[in-house]
Amino acid sequence: MPAFPQAAKQELANSQLRHNLANATSTIRHKRAEVVGELDDWAQLREAGAAIKSHTLSNLDTYLERFEEAVTAAGGTVHWARDAAEANRIVVDLVRATGEREVVKVKSMATQEIELNEALQDAGIDAWETDLAELIVQLGHDTPSHILVPAIHRNRAEIREIFQQEMGKVGTPAPADLTDEPARLAEAARRHLREKFLRAKVAVSGANFAVAETGSLVVVESEGNGRMCLTLPETLISVVGIEKLVPRWQDLEVFLQLLPRSSTGERMNPYTSTWTGVTPGDGPQSFHVVLLDNGRTNALADEIGRQALRCIRCSACLNVCPVYERTGGHAYGSVYPGPIGAVLTPQLRGTTSEVDKALPYASSLCGACYDVCPVAINIPDLLVHLRTRVVEEHRGWQSKPMDALMSMASWVLGDSRRLAAAQKVASLSRRVIGRKGTIGRLPPPLSRWTDARDAPAPAEETFRTWWERNRGSDSR
Amino acid sequence: MSASISAREAILGRVRSAIAGTEQTSWEDVARHYRQQRPAEDLVGLFCERVADYRATVERVAPGGLTTAIVAAAHTAGARRVLAPAGVPHSWYEALTSEFAHVDDGTGIDTAGLERVDAVITTAVVGIASTGTIVLDHGPGQGHRAVTLVPDVHICVVAESQVADDVPDGLRRLDPARPMTFISGPSATSDIELKRVEGVHGPRTLHVLVTPDEP
Ligand code: SF4
Repeated sequence: MPAFPQAAKQELANSQLRHNLANATSTIRHKRAEVVGELDDWAQLREAGAAIKSHTLSNLDTYLERFEEAVTAAGGTVHWARDAAEANRIVVDLVRATGEREVVKVKSMATQEIELNEALQDAGIDAWETDLAELIVQLGHDTPSHILVPAIHRNRAEIREIFQQEMGKVGTPAPADLTDEPARLAEAARRHLREKFLRAKVAVSGANFAVAETGSLVVVESEGNGRMCLTLPETLISVVGIEKLVPRWQDLEVFLQLLPRSSTGERMNPYTSTWTGVTPGDGPQSFHVVLLDNGRTNALADEIGRQALRCIRCSACLNVCPVYERTGGHAYGSVYPGPIGAVLTPQLRGTTSEVDKALPYASSLCGACYDVCPVAINIPDLLVHLRTRVVEEHRGWQSKPMDALMSMASWVLGDSRRLAAAQKVASLSRRVIGRKGTIGRLPPPLSRWTDARDAPAPAEETFRTWWERNRGSDSR
Repeated sequence: MSASISAREAILGRVRSAIAGTEQTSWEDVARHYRQQRPAEDLVGLFCERVADYRATVERVAPGGLTTAIVAAAHTAGARRVLAPAGVPHSWYEALTSEFAHVDDGTGIDTAGLERVDAVITTAVVGIASTGTIVLDHGPGQGHRAVTLVPDVHICVVAESQVADDVPDGLRRLDPARPMTFISGPSATSDIELKRVEGVHGPRTLHVLVTPDEP
């Protein structure tokens, strides 16, 4: 995988991708704005969402233990996994113990992150993705490009092609007269997957939330494939990042309002399932939770970086990001694309590879992601923080720190819009335009540059306002 | 693996050292200035409007008209085999068996059996007006979770007294120990060019009957 700048260049040449993306993101943006506007207490909900997550993270050991106790008491089993390899081993062993050779899967970022499907395949176990978009991605031998709409980069003609060529190889084939009507395509997916749902004895899911107090898990979805996986099989294995915890059942009142409105722009998603351990006579009678670290404790140890763990994976930040809109999700080389990917991935994986080093730079720092984030993650601040870290770690503060700073500074200062954007970050808390048309202090590490000299002030318009004004698609 | 230290202990240890020195606040200190309730002048009217927004069929039933409305809804759906889970009022079975050849109460039915059911008729436990959501906790009258998932038509009866104004109010009425399904409209996908399509894996049709009576 090439690092973001090269990958982005390739993706930028793909006009089909850009067209699909621009359409999709602008549609979701408008729906979101409408339903968020309906709630006069959105700001308070957002504040509470951030506060609950921050509180949970600062007491995470207590809540993890409480969650384990509650799940166990309700008849489930909790497993702990330090990294991807350990998590995959646990899941493979659990599936093997059932004697089954296949599992059905609900779309899950955590299992994508650990590459569970590949691990299962290596163990001779077929894993079927059941979310329509994930099915398109899987049948197309492709990777997801958006958190919420993983096949956002495919249009209907491509999907028809994939279904006709691939479905028959792994199960019920697509009908011979399949057209590219979305309803017909969805019907073909329904028939293809129904056979698998009815046969599967084991399912693998993620979870949107895990309630420490009660041991309940929550899965939010639209199609009903989640409900199928969560209730029809005999064994259910849920892979859950340790940051998914919320303290109490009552806390869901905040997140069940924030998540659907921020992600699909709906007042509520069609289906939300909650379950607590096993229920005799209803649903899987064997239930396992794999609690996954895989770098999360690294992020937790960074007091500024930690806030990225508040993320509820709504994807609102992707849909407003001018960089994402142009490059698409693949360019990020990460399961988590867009602004959140740019700050989460380097923390989970560390910043040793070229891909991860480049990620904190995959942004214009315009601040739109911060504005929409339902848990108020200050992504621009985090980007700057991580850039500093990359510079410190890899150029070495002692050797040539100013080189890195200078090249970054010249990139930012080379364009008034970029500078204005960088200043917007700074302006959140400080005055940035200095005396008499010179710029004031820039956020670190650029502050090391601006602190030492006066520079001419840029145009007053921020990149953000410029972008909004010039975003043709929004006025449709 | 060198299991000198278990993964559990390792992760908890890493968490503890990561948050060492972090200020620990109590759960009660989290500011909750958002609305706990969202009163509406016509709560039931708002609920119906919001459910209908998801392209579900919503009908308000006059007092005493529930069984007639249930039978009519099943006919509209073109159903031949209907299922009303154990625990629904006896009058429902009486009305249904006089009209339909196959009426099941879901006892002992398996997934293959559910595939042959055309329409399922259930009660609910809570309705949420601000979002148009119906909540099932799969107690009596609601069937186990697969019952309202596999058949293509779901007819759901919600009593006016079950309608909560907002999400916080709705959640307070629920018991987290029970498995639950929150339903907002029929099954839907927008994965193909963001065109909304109903009925991917779950029911294609959701028909909600709102009644002033206790079901
Ligand atoms: S960072 Fe915020 S906006 Fe982006 S996906 Fe996470 S919660 Fe949503």
